[in-house]
Amino acid sequence: MHQKSLVELAADLRSGACSSEELTRACLQRIAEHDGRLNSFITVTESQALAAAQAADAALRSGKAGPLTGIPFAHKDIFCTNGVKTSCGSRMLDNFIAPYDATVTEKLHEAGAVMIGKTNMDEFAMGSSNETSFYGPVKNPWNDTTVPGGSSGGSAAAVAAGLVPASTGTDTGGSIRQPAALCGITGLKPTYGRVSRYGMIAFASSLDQAGPFTRSAEDAAIMLGAMAGFDPRDSTSVDRPVDDYRAQLNEPLQGLRIGLPGEYFGEGLEAGVGDAVSAAIEEFRKLGATVTDITLPNTHLSVPAYYVVAPAECSSNLSRFDGVRFGHRAENPQDLTDLYTRSRGEGFGDEVKRRILVGTYALSAGYYDAYYLKAQQVRHLIRDDFMQAFRQVDIIMGPTAPSVAFKLGEKADDPVGMYLSDIYTIAVNLAGLPAMSVPAGFSNAMPVGLHLVGNYFEESRLLNAGHQYQQVTDWHTRTPQGFE
Amino acid sequence: MMAWETVIGLEIHSQLATKSKIFSGASTTYGAEPNTQACAVDLGLPGVLPVLNEEVVRMAAMFGLATHSTVAPRSVFARKNYFYPDLPKGYQISQFELPIVHDGYLDIELEDGSSKRIGITRAHLEEDAGKSLHENFMGKTGIDLNRAGTPLLEIVSEPDMRSAKEAVAYMKKIHSLVRYLGISDGNMQEGSFRCDANVSIRPLGQDEFGTRAEIKNINSFRFVEQAINYEVERQIMVLEGGGEVVQETRLFDADRHETRSMRSKEEANDYRYFPDPDLLPVELDEAYIAAVRESLPEMPDAKND
Repeated sequence: MHQKSLVELAADLRSGACSSEELTRACLQRIAEHDGRLNSFITVTESQALAAAQAADAALRSGKAGPLTGIPFAHKDIFCTNGVKTSCGSRMLDNFIAPYDATVTEKLHEAGAVMIGKTNMDEFAMGSSNETSFYGPVKNPWNDTTVPGGSSGGSAAAVAAGLVPASTGTDTGGSIRQPAALCGITGLKPTYGRVSRYGMIAFASSLDQAGPFTRSAEDAAIMLGAMAGFDPRDSTSVDRPVDDYRAQLNEPLQGLRIGLPGEYFGEGLEAGVGDAVSAAIEEFRKLGATVTDITLPNTHLSVPAYYVVAPAECSSNLSRFDGVRFGHRAENPQDLTDLYTRSRGEGFGDEVKRRILVGTYALSAGYYDAYYLKAQQVRHLIRDDFMQAFRQVDIIMGPTAPSVAFKLGEKADDPVGMYLSDIYTIAVNLAGLPAMSVPAGFSNAMPVGLHLVGNYFEESRLLNAGHQYQQVTDWHTRTPQGFE
Repeated sequence: MMAWETVIGLEIHSQLATKSKIFSGASTTYGAEPNTQACAVDLGLPGVLPVLNEEVVRMAAMFGLATHSTVAPRSVFARKNYFYPDLPKGYQISQFELPIVHDGYLDIELEDGSSKRIGITRAHLEEDAGKSLHENFMGKTGIDLNRAGTPLLEIVSEPDMRSAKEAVAYMKKIHSLVRYLGISDGNMQEGSFRCDANVSIRPLGQDEFGTRAEIKNINSFRFVEQAINYEVERQIMVLEGGGEVVQETRLFDADRHETRSMRSKEEANDYRYFPDPDLLPVELDEAYIAAVRESLPEMPDAKND
């Protein structure tokens, strides 16, 4: 059961080969067996999941079921879930029971999907290895001495290990695509504005976007179809119809124009990763795509611009965690300043504090123009690079991450080294484009991700390309040892 | 003895008479039990987002057109960052570089019957904070967030007033205007209409402005007059005693009829304004502005002409 795709499980539910309750119990069993080792869940919502599964079974019997009805999945612990702890991986929110549902939570619930728990993540989504979580690091199912990537590491590891067929994540600078690559699964970051941010705890508001983790592009199409859509509660969500992603999966790739940016294949790229990506691109050529070298000349500015914009926005977004209304509150504060400084000092971890400090500095009087404004100008340059490229090509491809999963602790004391693991993914967030990572082979026995970047609202094209690639390759069906 | 000239500019906060708050659907009705009119958005819960109440845009545009101002085709909400317990998000959503209304004027009548033109620098939209309640909590402070998110129009004048009487005349004129337009109830007891006064003095005939003090949160015409007159006397005494006026924020004590230092320029917050990424810029086309112009009642000044 745990090796089946979401599509296969949906067929089983429809045919009566299994019930949602059986499926849900099987997932709970897998979590009980394996998650002690992986640490991918912060909260398992067993009783709510079983109740939801029974409701789904009733819907299935009455013929009112959609493609997600009865499918168990996990939410990254950044989405507010009514009545359930929503920690954001932080001690600050260890005691926070969300009193409302995020729009994404609501939509998946309405689609009949069964939430089985909340997954581990870097604290407030700040990290690329899942090591900044208050709840301890997540282990990569392919090798438990390595990281699963981050910040959505728990969601990626849980799908890779077959604990759930699908999960949600958020991507501010690569937090869906990089862990998808490192764990050997499919992960999609939609166009900024495609999925509502309401109820998703903000890290960097102008960059954050939610998306799915699945075992295949086809499954991702189904998940995205349920998650996407205009939301009047999010002013940055875009009022535009949602494509029927699944209906467009089978378009032939004949004539698809692929662009390879020279900047993504240079120094710093692990040889084995480069080889796997080249082999994947060869497969696309065989499928009828044409491949062109392109250039994204401002790529080198993306990491510096990101590490101004994201911390600046986070420094303001995280001000609400002050110990006054919810979250961690210092004991016996002497006065207001003591309440603030100790509540925040105790509640936040080092990486979060680092980014709040950097962001506060970048917005300070006298520095705003030199940092924040300059970084916003760089965003325009980066966006223009992509727009220029999309006049020539349909999809930009490259490696998702410069290396396979690195060792736990290897970059924990090297923030800049850690930041560079998102070097290929960050520009996409700065431009607000959709992008996806699909499994594309192995390097040193660890999974490699192929990164596909599309033009605005062209999620369909990415999913179509990913699906066609997955029809002629089987990397996405591989299972880590010990989780067969 | 030297002759001094008083220079005054006012920042008037006028609560807009909407049914719901500026960024949430919660009611703005005054006087409810504490914290019964604060929804998830007003509480600043993790994950919530603001959605602009379009009614406030219409009201601001009415004010702009009625004061011969430019109604900006594009204005931007910005975050003003500071920590205070009655400010739930740790920032106030306001407008900074690009306000919705700018560069207008209003004519006031002076006691001698002549009229004087007072420039309006800008008027911007912002949300109000909650209230801190210091009584009846056994030494602790209570927070009431009913007022958090109530829409305000902050109307900033040029430093064009030369006496407390002129300041009061201007404030009264704005007060009657917002009530006439139906965009504010102007209820000063309930705090729906209040002002900060920037006061400085300079030797008569000097072009340069003196150092100013800002007197915060004055909520009656009488107090505006008293506060300014006290402040002018205080500054004259400081300067004539050989001292210097320091740039600072002062509070008016209505019981003692005096202003007191609240914080100096050095203690002032760096608000780290930046455009709020949760809200889109407000873009108004000519048709919208023309429709608002059509909806304006006939102006009292025009009637007098």
